[in-house]
Amino acid sequence: MTDSHGSEGHPAHLQHHFDNDRQQFSASKLGMWLFLATEILLFAGLFVAYAVYRSNHPEIFIYASQFLDTTLGGINTMVLLLSSFTMAWGVRAAQLGQKKLLVSLLAITLLGGFGFLGIKYVEYEAKWKHGLLWGVNFNPASHDDHGEDAGHAAVEAEEVAPAPVVTEAVTPEGLKFEPTVVPPSATGPAGTVEPDDGVDHDTGVQPENVQIFFGIYFLMTGLHGIHVLVGMSLIFWILLKSMGGAYGPKYFTPVDLVGLYWHLVDLIWIFLFPLLYLIH
Amino acid sequence: MATEHNHHDQVGHVVPLPILGGVIAALMVLTWATVFVTNFDLGSLNIFIALGIAVVKGALVVLFFMHLRWDAPINGIVLISALLLVFLFVGFALMDSAAYAPDQIPGYAPLINP
Repeated sequence: MTDSHGSEGHPAHLQHHFDNDRQQFSASKLGMWLFLATEILLFAGLFVAYAVYRSNHPEIFIYASQFLDTTLGGINTMVLLLSSFTMAWGVRAAQLGQKKLLVSLLAITLLGGFGFLGIKYVEYEAKWKHGLLWGVNFNPASHDDHGEDAGHAAVEAEEVAPAPVVTEAVTPEGLKFEPTVVPPSATGPAGTVEPDDGVDHDTGVQPENVQIFFGIYFLMTGLHGIHVLVGMSLIFWILLKSMGGAYGPKYFTPVDLVGLYWHLVDLIWIFLFPLLYLIH
Repeated sequence: MATEHNHHDQVGHVVPLPILGGVIAALMVLTWATVFVTNFDLGSLNIFIALGIAVVKGALVVLFFMHLRWDAPINGIVLISALLLVFLFVGFALMDSAAYAPDQIPGYAPLINP
């Protein structure tokens, strides 16, 4: 079924080593699935790290996951799922030759990517602020400026322990002494109130090596975030091409393959969300 | 599906919109369910319920959004092979790490941030 309107006896999008559109599409799709298989195996290494550390030290994961914001994580899951839906719908629009619909759906999908990374930024920033980082950078006690947004444990501690008041001692003669830190009575020497060190003292002592959780958290969500960025770039590329009317019922392979990539990114997050945020 | 072979020129299968809509609705409900079930302490069951829901969600994405339900079987074989290798990888790593007792010697695990 060779079309005869191409320069070499086949349409421009059809490479001449393929018999027809369908064969070319199947070959491209198989190639994409092979690539996706390597992507799954790439993430598998991190899932192994997660599984081994969690099975050896469940207390670290139970303790540390409470610092992750389940609400933001859940919203992000839904944002990513919705963008996957608009992507799948976009493939359908391309197949049916609905050009305007395809362009809008790709734009919405791209917006979903921005939304996901935006929320991720808010989460990362809160972790950064509280020193909830990987390895030697894990140092929740050193960060005493808790902003408006915090892990709930830190907020709780902040409510109980008032900040030390810096006062200037002045003698009757008017001589100024060095400013001193006067601890509020609540934080007396006996320690009636726990220090504001980002540790949730209601649920017990901070286990050792909590930084391992945050190392795994940042590696997994970071690698996933890089994939979101790559997916967004690819969506932007096919968005531009589709505005020029590059895709239609006979040729929509790039839309389909970028869609597969975007769905894989979604698929990985479907597992990351419960494993990191929803630890009981 | 019947529509796949309706006309020879059709490349790939066009997923009906109601199916896509139904899948995203199911995914939303399952996301809510997996958060909701965290409120209950079911011991070691929690992780299995969470992973079970994730597997169902993943299957929905793969079968319908990624067209695997209507695709050539070879693509599914590629995916399932990769997943089997992941199971081998995780399974054997867990079996191996269970064969050691890292905390038997006090202070054996190096403290990066004591």
